[in-house]
Amino acid sequence: MSDSVRVFDLAHCRAGDKGNTSNVSVTAYEETDWAFLRDHLTVERVMAAYAHIAKGPVHRYELPNLKAMNFVIENALGGGVTISLAQDIHGKGLSNVMLGIELPAAGRNAPGAA
Amino acid sequence: MSTSTRDTLRIGCGAGQSDDRIPPAVEVAKHGELDYLVFECLAERTIGRETLTKMHDPERGYTPLLHQRLRAVLPTCVEKGIRIVSNMGAANPLAGAKAMRREAQDLGLGDIACAVVRGDDVSDVVRIRPDLTILETGEPLESILPSLVSANAYLGADVVVQALATGAPVVLTGRVADPSLFLAPMLYEFGWSYDDLQALALGTVTGHLMECSASLTGGCFSWPGRKAVPDLARVGYPIAEVSRDGRVRVSKTPGSGGRLDVMTCTEQLLYEMHDPCAYITPDCVLDISAVQLTQDGPDRVAITGAKARERTPTYKVVIGYTDGYIGEGEVSYGGIDAVARAKFAAEVVRERLEMQGFTYVDYRVDLIGMSSLHGALETRPEPYEVRLRIAGRSHDRKAAEAVGFEVRSMHMHGPGGAGGGVGPRLKEVLAVKSVLLPRELVKPEVLMEGTL
Repeated sequence: MSDSVRVFDLAHCRAGDKGNTSNVSVTAYEETDWAFLRDHLTVERVMAAYAHIAKGPVHRYELPNLKAMNFVIENALGGGVTISLAQDIHGKGLSNVMLGIELPAAGRNAPGAA
Repeated sequence: MSTSTRDTLRIGCGAGQSDDRIPPAVEVAKHGELDYLVFECLAERTIGRETLTKMHDPERGYTPLLHQRLRAVLPTCVEKGIRIVSNMGAANPLAGAKAMRREAQDLGLGDIACAVVRGDDVSDVVRIRPDLTILETGEPLESILPSLVSANAYLGADVVVQALATGAPVVLTGRVADPSLFLAPMLYEFGWSYDDLQALALGTVTGHLMECSASLTGGCFSWPGRKAVPDLARVGYPIAEVSRDGRVRVSKTPGSGGRLDVMTCTEQLLYEMHDPCAYITPDCVLDISAVQLTQDGPDRVAITGAKARERTPTYKVVIGYTDGYIGEGEVSYGGIDAVARAKFAAEVVRERLEMQGFTYVDYRVDLIGMSSLHGALETRPEPYEVRLRIAGRSHDRKAAEAVGFEVRSMHMHGPGGAGGGVGPRLKEVLAVKSVLLPRELVKPEVLMEGTL
């Protein structure tokens, strides 16, 4: 097993927009990986991945019933859909930044990891 | 209030945006065994745009695609007795209703009455309330009042229920919150009241799932090699099946392409959600933190566990206002040193704009193929070809125009081997901000266009 794992390998994501805020949901394919993501996909790690795009702050909400987390990333959309100079004014593609985050694989699928 | 004794209700989604695809709407009307077909067609700023249209022509200002969409679905809806609910009225629902009735006449469907929901336009109210606080900035509304174009409250399901109670086959509204369009038929048919928070939760979460059309059925989801969606080209629109005793299933047009399962529903459930315990609509404060999604057969999912608290004492109002101009230009570079040439061109453009004394509130340089979607990172490999895109926002129209002009001139006046420039682009900025307005200042009403 390689020593890192991408969010892409464990979960699927979608981005939504409201004003200048983006929300990116992260839904694990497997229950055990939801626990792993909850432990390792922290607010700090997500803020670091978006630091060159968004000012933040980032908030995280856990939805265990859905094997999901919801990340709310503030000041992420160039001022908001209507005045943004970006090509992707809604930030529909910002979920792909989340999918590309690499996490240390240590601890994943190890006994007791779930 | 209830006018029916039916125990289940089938509500289809016919659009999730103003320019949504029409063929799946026709299919869901024909094969969905529907009672209601709901078209959600208003993004945040769409009403502002249509308000400007209405200023130029009092007979317009509704969703432009209304004609094409209704021509496609009206014959089936009339034949099968499917009632239509839509916010395609945009800034001018009355004119939209007249347009709908003309289309029906032209199609040989006769005289079709339309219930029109009005009262979302609160521009006269907010003009005399400069003290209202802008939610996004904390500043008083006064700062943007001089350039105000539109102000529309997100109305709830209650006034749509009144419109349905007229018996009109078609209900057209302006600004109504997206989930409320779907909740209204449930409240009307089952006689559910605003005291029944469980019913409001159920109907609102269902509306939230349904409001983005194909986003529930495999659109915006498919990923080759990772998340397979069968026959995406023929993706079907979703259907909600709701029972009087509060059970909800979502499914999609029988025989259509696409995919509807717990995964697609989870993505849509969290779409545009902030705090999952407090999703505020005009009808309730929805809490989805304990929602369970359960597969209940092929392309069929059951929804349970939604909760709600009582609606807030205010309406959210979206204010549209003009805020200068955005100018934009693009040109491409390929082959050896493509990225270096594009970056050099960007420097030259910036210098020429400065030389002419133009200034910008916001200015952006993108290298499409490198940094236009996810920002610039030094670690990315250089592509074979790259497209330079520059955009600038200014209150000076000439400054905005100059951006595209100077980028295009890179063909003759920039680094070697530029190609594929496009004509300068310019648009007037219609920005939006929001305020909260006490409920008692908003007066929703229903008018009839035509007779039953």
